[in-house]
Amino acid sequence: MATTVKIQVEENNPVLALQGFLKGLLNDESLSGILVPVHLFSKGIPMPTLVTNQDQLSGADPLAPAFPMNSAKLLSRLTRGQSTERIAAVLRPCEIRAFVELVKLNQGSFDKVIIVGMDCMGAYDNVSYKKFLADSDPFEATLNFHGQIGDGNNSSKNEIKIASACQCCEHPDARKADIVIGIAGADVHVCIPAMAASARGEALLSALGLPDMESINGRENALKSLMENRIVARDAMLERTKAATGTLKDLSEYLSSCVNCYNCRVACPVCYCKECVFNTDVFEHKPWQYMEWAKHKGSLKLPTDTVFYHLTRMAHMSTACVGCGQCSNACPNDIPVMELFRTVAARTQESFNYEPGRSLDDPPPLSVFKEDEFQETVSHIA
Amino acid sequence: MSNEFEPTLLAFVCNWCTYTAADLAGTSRMVQQPNLRLVRMMCTGMVDPKYVIKALLSGADGVLVSGCHPGDCHYINGNFKARRRIKLLNEILPQFGIERERVKLTWIGASEGNEFAATVNNFINEIRELGPMEARSMAVI
Repeated sequence: MATTVKIQVEENNPVLALQGFLKGLLNDESLSGILVPVHLFSKGIPMPTLVTNQDQLSGADPLAPAFPMNSAKLLSRLTRGQSTERIAAVLRPCEIRAFVELVKLNQGSFDKVIIVGMDCMGAYDNVSYKKFLADSDPFEATLNFHGQIGDGNNSSKNEIKIASACQCCEHPDARKADIVIGIAGADVHVCIPAMAASARGEALLSALGLPDMESINGRENALKSLMENRIVARDAMLERTKAATGTLKDLSEYLSSCVNCYNCRVACPVCYCKECVFNTDVFEHKPWQYMEWAKHKGSLKLPTDTVFYHLTRMAHMSTACVGCGQCSNACPNDIPVMELFRTVAARTQESFNYEPGRSLDDPPPLSVFKEDEFQETVSHIA
Repeated sequence: MSNEFEPTLLAFVCNWCTYTAADLAGTSRMVQQPNLRLVRMMCTGMVDPKYVIKALLSGADGVLVSGCHPGDCHYINGNFKARRRIKLLNEILPQFGIERERVKLTWIGASEGNEFAATVNNFINEIRELGPMEARSMAVI
């Protein structure tokens, strides 16, 4: 049985308790830094920050319901190639799953990083987070959020809802982590369980000298009911999106306010190409080409190739989509791209029996093949 | 409609097998309908899904991808990789009303000129039955 220790919460303040826990971790001589969301200013959104000095952890807010970007991409930068020093990274479950995908694509490595996985109650998109924050102190706002949602039921007292991606996320539990912070089902105002989920995590946790926790009550049940609710929401979302995008015309309309800014691609943690074809000379069309196309149909929407771009992205990354929703978060025109991509991904992932982030041992579907498979794909006409 | 509609089809064929078969069909004077445009690739394994998508969005009513029989690939396994990509497109495109039948994958060996001609004729007839691609009638894509 793996070690489970108790992070004691004083003065009703789980954020302070977690900061203390992270300070303890950073104290371990094997770790040189921690990647964790930090409030760098008195207002605004906490950004992923690589902290090397314990004192700087007093701005850390791993419980903040803010999710400005998927840290998997940042962790890829910190771990790809030669990394000499070991760090820890506090990640949401979708960030861990995205990182697993990136590691499979040789864009990062688990060797020099300790993953501290947090159960995830969801987060606001960037616009909603600012509304949620309004004039309040960000740490107090975080505590309020967990007062309302921390037990896993989603009855938010105010009108602001967590991001649509989080509402239909069926993976709130931290997996593939070295240390799991069991927020789900815990009374975070009393104590928070931290569980070792790997040998490395075990070694670090036991070195902290925290009291053991005999049993963690309610986490399984809380996660189960959270997942059930979210799966219902997910299935409804999939049906809605299918109905709205069933034809090419519907899809074009769905994407009609797209300005080809490609922010959804920039924000996507699993779109890892150094240079996307849509940024290359292939799409540096000549003026006469535009004129020819316009003459062909009588008119030409500019910028061109909007539907082509999105369909290409579906082909390139839908098998790896972890549903983190950062594409929607990054869209300046509120196109529900997450819904579109998750709907396509649900089908492509199922067809290859692939769940992104599930395991390092599952190869990305388009990187392998079997000699005897998908016979129905091949036509034999004559 | 089907009487007036003349489909435009695009084929991505591998240099080593299907292109040679197409050449053979031509030099053997086999009868083929003129609706197909060939794009000669070094291998079907290099046919990125985006080529197929782009073709369908810009006027092709159907796309044929054709390479060597399993085991005959000049690059050992390019045709198996192509099969997974076509499988992927088979899952994505029908979600947006683009019929599965519009994207076809076949294996045609270098000596199978007759098979090539028959495949092309059948495919053109199928697409003629199916009707034009929705993108053709859309001013805005």
